[in-house]
Amino acid sequence: MSRASPDKSPGRIGRRRALFARGEAELVPQARLSGPMPWVIAIMVALTAIALAAGLTLGNTVTAATAEIEGGVTVQIVEPRTDLREREVTRALAALKVLPGIQSIRLVPQEELDKLVAPWLGSVDEDPAAAAIPVPALIDVRLRRPTTRSQVAVVEEALLPVAPSARVDAQATWLRPVFDAIVSLQWLAIALVVLLAGALAAAVLLAARSALGTNRDTIEIVHLLGGTDTQIARVFQRSIGWDAAGGGAVGLALAMMVILGLGRRFSGLGAGMVSSGGLVWTDWLLLALVPLLATLLAMLTARLTVMHALRKML
Amino acid sequence: MRQDDDQRLHGSELFFPHSLTAIARSAYLAHSVFEDELMSITAGDEIVHFDNVGLRYSTDREVLSDLSFTLFPGTFYFLTGASGAGKTSLLRLLYLAQRPSRGVIRMFGKDAITTPRSGLPAMRRRIGVVFQDFRLVPHLSAFDNVALPLRVAGFGEREIAGPVADILDWVGLADRRDARPATLSGGEQQRIAIARAVIGRPDVLVADEPTGNVDPEMAVKLLRLFELLNRQGTTVVVATHDVHLLKKVSNPLIMRLDRGRLSDPTGALRYPPRRVT
Repeated sequence: MSRASPDKSPGRIGRRRALFARGEAELVPQARLSGPMPWVIAIMVALTAIALAAGLTLGNTVTAATAEIEGGVTVQIVEPRTDLREREVTRALAALKVLPGIQSIRLVPQEELDKLVAPWLGSVDEDPAAAAIPVPALIDVRLRRPTTRSQVAVVEEALLPVAPSARVDAQATWLRPVFDAIVSLQWLAIALVVLLAGALAAAVLLAARSALGTNRDTIEIVHLLGGTDTQIARVFQRSIGWDAAGGGAVGLALAMMVILGLGRRFSGLGAGMVSSGGLVWTDWLLLALVPLLATLLAMLTARLTVMHALRKML
Repeated sequence: MRQDDDQRLHGSELFFPHSLTAIARSAYLAHSVFEDELMSITAGDEIVHFDNVGLRYSTDREVLSDLSFTLFPGTFYFLTGASGAGKTSLLRLLYLAQRPSRGVIRMFGKDAITTPRSGLPAMRRRIGVVFQDFRLVPHLSAFDNVALPLRVAGFGEREIAGPVADILDWVGLADRRDARPATLSGGEQQRIAIARAVIGRPDVLVADEPTGNVDPEMAVKLLRLFELLNRQGTTVVVATHDVHLLKKVSNPLIMRLDRGRLSDPTGALRYPPRRVT
């Protein structure tokens, strides 16, 4: 057998990193899915994805609803006498048509009003007493720009001489508490995502420390054979990376089942605001990134933990 | 290779029934893969130098005191002393598992104490260690244990396979290449540990009681292997308290430790031999 020529002899740093891959993987026994780590990561990823989906859905709900009611003004003609109410409605519609800054005006039909109040007053078709109860007429006004107090005041001033019983409300004003509550829930979802990421990092930190303790003899031997901190850290980084990737895939699958199941339930409600908050494709993409980001976070945590621990060794 | 080397190698062959060619080839292959990392060592270059070195663990008294000596390339030392004299502590300093409490240690021309941690792995790759308790990686096969130093150094599987197979052949364990350490006898584990220590053709080989777990006949065979390496330029330090082993070597150079202090019964430390390599 001939002696290897020096120019072919390896050992340079650039090749060393690539060539160490196979050997590294064998240095630490791999538990894979039989160990607890992938399952912990699966649970974390599932919870994170669900929390993120909830946050995104709430965000979409707020966005859609805001766009819908931003320029909305509701005019109620509360005159109890029907003939006077109809006269005021006619005059109010005429006054609104000439008002600048109005995009559209819609008189809510009586049938639609009857449907709206039916759960509380009963059906006007079945209960004559319900038909006798005066219900305000509703005019849905859409402004060209988001509603402001001054614009509401302009509408009120225009209607006061022609429809004294008119009550003008900006839709955004009475829905503000609902929006605030939704935004709070959105922040809660973001906080949950951050907390879960922290919990994942903590779990990985503990796992890496445990693995370091278990494999201390092997690490010491590799050190004494000339192994570098980076090489040893890469062993754990890769090991935990595989665990995180496997756990992340399982977690994402679990989360998808939950999200799709809940989505179907909520879409069955048929409530306008809820059904307007579905996930768009960019949201699905973001959800798909959760296991990837979890894997990267786990690998980074493992690397930093192991490097920190190794620095204490000679 | 000299005539007496041949005879010794054939002596090894009695125990390790493999050809002299295979032994020499293993050594040369191992040497070739590390060649680009080797510094040129010429006659007279010191390879290890201790100057007034002391070692204490925590706040206890010093386990090693005032150690001053120089090791040169191609020399063969026995480190002797009673149990607890500090042999293992001195060896730990030699294979850079421990920093001393005081003094200066120079290895391969560099100050090993002030060298940053990042510089130690390169120095450690030039040192082969046979641990008293073998310290094989339990979940790796015999082959993978022997291949570990080469993998750590970054060599590819194709470059590793030949030298590792040859060296397993050399130590008579070619047929146990897939065995885990737990399934090997004490003697077999010892030979795997030795193969791992020498696969990278180190500049310095440090062996802590390498014959402690084997019968006298095997002890002599292992000693012959160390001598073979030594003749190829490796500085060998063998720690032992087996006085019979010393008699198996002609004109042994002895470093004797007594309660952490070094004596120089053969004058080898005051007048170190200088081999031309």
